[in-house]
Amino acid sequence: MQVQEPLTILIAEDSAADRLLLSTIVRRQGHEVLTAANGAEAVDLFRRQQPDLVLMDAMMPVMDGFEAARQIKALAGETLVPIIFLTSLTESEALARCLEAGGDDFLAKPYNQVILAAKIKAMDRLRRLQATVLQQRDLIAKHHDYLLNEQRVAKAVFDKVAHSGCLSAANIRYLQSPYALFNGDLLLAAYTPAGDMHVLLGDFTGHGLPAAVGAMPLAEVFYGMTAKGYGLAETLREMNAKLKRILPVDMFCCATLLCLSFQRRSVEVWNGGMPDGYLHRIASGERVPLAARHLPLGVLSAQAFDDRTEVHPMAAGDRVFLLSDGVIDTSDASDQLFGVERLQQVFAANREPDRLFEDIEQALRDFRGEARDDVSMVEVSLLEPAQVKPSAPVYSDSGQSCPLDWSVSFEFRGATLKRFNPLPYLLQLLLEVHGLRAQSGALYSVLAELYSNALEHGVLGLDSSLKRDAAGFARYYQQRNDRLEALQDGFVRVHLQVQPQGEGGCLVIRVEDSGKGFDVARVMERPLDGVRLSGRGVSLVRQLGRNASWSDEGRSARVEFSWEVEA
Amino acid sequence: MSVVTEVSPDGQKLTISVKGRFDFGRHQEFRESYERLPKKPDSIVVDLKEATYLDSSALGMLLLLRDHAGGDNSDVRVVNSSSDVRKILAISNFDKLFDIT
Repeated sequence: MQVQEPLTILIAEDSAADRLLLSTIVRRQGHEVLTAANGAEAVDLFRRQQPDLVLMDAMMPVMDGFEAARQIKALAGETLVPIIFLTSLTESEALARCLEAGGDDFLAKPYNQVILAAKIKAMDRLRRLQATVLQQRDLIAKHHDYLLNEQRVAKAVFDKVAHSGCLSAANIRYLQSPYALFNGDLLLAAYTPAGDMHVLLGDFTGHGLPAAVGAMPLAEVFYGMTAKGYGLAETLREMNAKLKRILPVDMFCCATLLCLSFQRRSVEVWNGGMPDGYLHRIASGERVPLAARHLPLGVLSAQAFDDRTEVHPMAAGDRVFLLSDGVIDTSDASDQLFGVERLQQVFAANREPDRLFEDIEQALRDFRGEARDDVSMVEVSLLEPAQVKPSAPVYSDSGQSCPLDWSVSFEFRGATLKRFNPLPYLLQLLLEVHGLRAQSGALYSVLAELYSNALEHGVLGLDSSLKRDAAGFARYYQQRNDRLEALQDGFVRVHLQVQPQGEGGCLVIRVEDSGKGFDVARVMERPLDGVRLSGRGVSLVRQLGRNASWSDEGRSARVEFSWEVEA
Repeated sequence: MSVVTEVSPDGQKLTISVKGRFDFGRHQEFRESYERLPKKPDSIVVDLKEATYLDSSALGMLLLLRDHAGGDNSDVRVVNSSSDVRKILAISNFDKLFDIT
């Protein structure tokens, strides 16, 4: 048995003889002794010397033991200072009063040395236990504060990165717990140079810091590549490769990535491991599920990764709704999951589309009684192109080295067309010309239209009239994937020519393809309406660029951009 | 024990059965179930007959197991999954990596 450390013990006893007797016994057991002749003295001594344990006579003049015990317990606060009442009282009511006043035990007079020593020892054990508990509690509280502070700092840094996008855009509504990041949930949104909107809802495996560490590199790739004009496929490949490289084998990120095109009125979707999202067609009330077709990001090697996306047509006002598994995996007291069926019941009962989140939250509360902290939802609606106001990119260079007189030609052939998207490179090159920067959105849109027309209608020979209705729309993109996969020959040529012109300059873009061409005169007769799903590309190019024209039976397109004063 | 392992007499086949919730709490047991074997088995079966629920960290554990068993050259089968568990495996498209029945 452990040798007992000497304690400082306060003896409060009004009888001088008893006091002397007790002091002698206790001192002989190896403890320091303080003595008081009444309750008031005891409280005073306690305040000055903080003894570890008190032996307290119940009946004393000036202040009795009960009152002294109450005051000493109050002074001791959370620290356990055991009080053993010394009493000749025998009625159970009086003994109970000792404990009610804060006494921890009592010892009947006359004193039995062996029992006294045992009681002191027992009380000392309790005292130490309490001290250890308090110390550990404080340590845990300190660590907890430390952790919260770390999370606060990490979140502040991350928010700067994550919210550099356009989550605050008018057509986005989202709901995330403030510390969703530390539950592995991630929501990002940004405009492409063409004014399309990319949105990512992701969910990393696990919780806490491990779940949050992958978010930063993912956000960087997302924002960097979106701003440069890369499409979903290239961005997904890069995100997957990066996560595969840096994350341990058992960590990955389920994600849904959207590209909402206001010009083309469509949404492109890639879903890897997230619950079904929904495309809500307001006119028909239909909700098209956007199901997971892929493994999460960070699982497959770059070679095995599948970047195939689906494209759905949308009408202005249609909405895309995405959610994390926190919604459908919320479980009630008996481990029943909320599930997709209940979610669809909420959809069916929802009368005001703007109150969908609230309806879902209410349903979760009704189901479970408390909310999970990893519920993320986002809803993006399709605006009229005129309502979209992408923020202007910020350029950091000084403008002293602007190239103004040059031309360049590219020819992209079969195998390159399959995988490679040259648009970001072309745009970066053109934006070295500072005069063009003010029109970067229009420039990118026109380049993108000309390139995709040359590739899809020219090289791949796809019929744009397929896109007249929703079913054809899906078929069109299916055919696009299939033909691109099988592509052997063909080319798209891009010629860029920049020349100074007065104070400003002029850019001529020519795009040629190896396809069959089209009936230029008939297409040019169409009004510049841009409302139909099909053939919108040509009218967009004519509206955004100058002197758009087609030659060589539609195989060669030409358009100009000019600027007045050097920016 | 919520993770029970059984090795066939010839040591070729390892069966890992998970009972109850298959989540982060099973991490240690699950890893040990295949790491402590003296010899790598040729094939591994994960029996989820008595698993009631599976979360994303369980998916991570399955990936670790697959990696340990040789990645793309591994033979890991997931059997007897309940409809709830199968839904979760389907959403994650894990049927592209594992033979799931």
